[in-house]
Amino acid sequence: MNYENYIKLEFPSKSSNEALARSVAGVFAAQMDPTMEELGDIKTAVSEAVTNCIVHAYPESLGKILLRCRILGDSKLEILVRDWGKGIENVEKARTPLYSTGGEDRSGMGFTIMESFMDKLTVRSRPGAGTTVIMTRTLPRRKRSL
Amino acid sequence: MKLQGEYASGHLCIRLRGELDHHSARETLREIEALLDRYLPRSCAMDLSALSFMDSSGIAVFLQAKKRLSEIRGSLWILDPAPQPERVLSASGMERFIQIKHRKGTTVP
Repeated sequence: MNYENYIKLEFPSKSSNEALARSVAGVFAAQMDPTMEELGDIKTAVSEAVTNCIVHAYPESLGKILLRCRILGDSKLEILVRDWGKGIENVEKARTPLYSTGGEDRSGMGFTIMESFMDKLTVRSRPGAGTTVIMTRTLPRRKRSL
Repeated sequence: MKLQGEYASGHLCIRLRGELDHHSARETLREIEALLDRYLPRSCAMDLSALSFMDSSGIAVFLQAKKRLSEIRGSLWILDPAPQPERVLSASGMERFIQIKHRKGTTVP
């Protein structure tokens, strides 16, 4: 697929990188001239996806996380978050609101928020091999400085 | 994440400032619980007007704070959430668990 611009960022699964990842995604998305609300939604979705990697993919060790942001066509933002961690046994169950294996610290709302803040959410996972989350959001065309 | 508690006649107002995510959640909850233990308030408002970002980790923090308060028969509500936290609260259906109040006609300093 044709893309107008992209970035790839790789970082270890340290919780201090959650803010870094969502900020980078926000700065990348800014070139599409989003509203404050759209920018907040994108940053929130990225924060949820990266937190999942840190909490669930690599619960007892540090691992590698990849964030890739692309602008597809004219107005579609695609965000990919990938890990090589332990994977999800049952993706459908993991996407159920309030379901969590993370204990009291987690609300189980991560996928629900990604789903409601982005237009489309795809989750591919293989136990022992890792998880890839791909989210897209179309940002209505406004004045562009590209 | 910065947190400030103000207590007067049974009511505790906790003002959160900055970004509440998984990274800051545990420390934030620890500080909230320390304030609750110190004042044992009858009611507690979480003022989110200066919270510039939160994700679902924040929801877990508020639910745990509510649980702690209900142990001492206190009530908890969220006050004046900034736009981004408000969207997260509403997307996760938090109104069913925690009341969200808005100060009307007052400006937040």
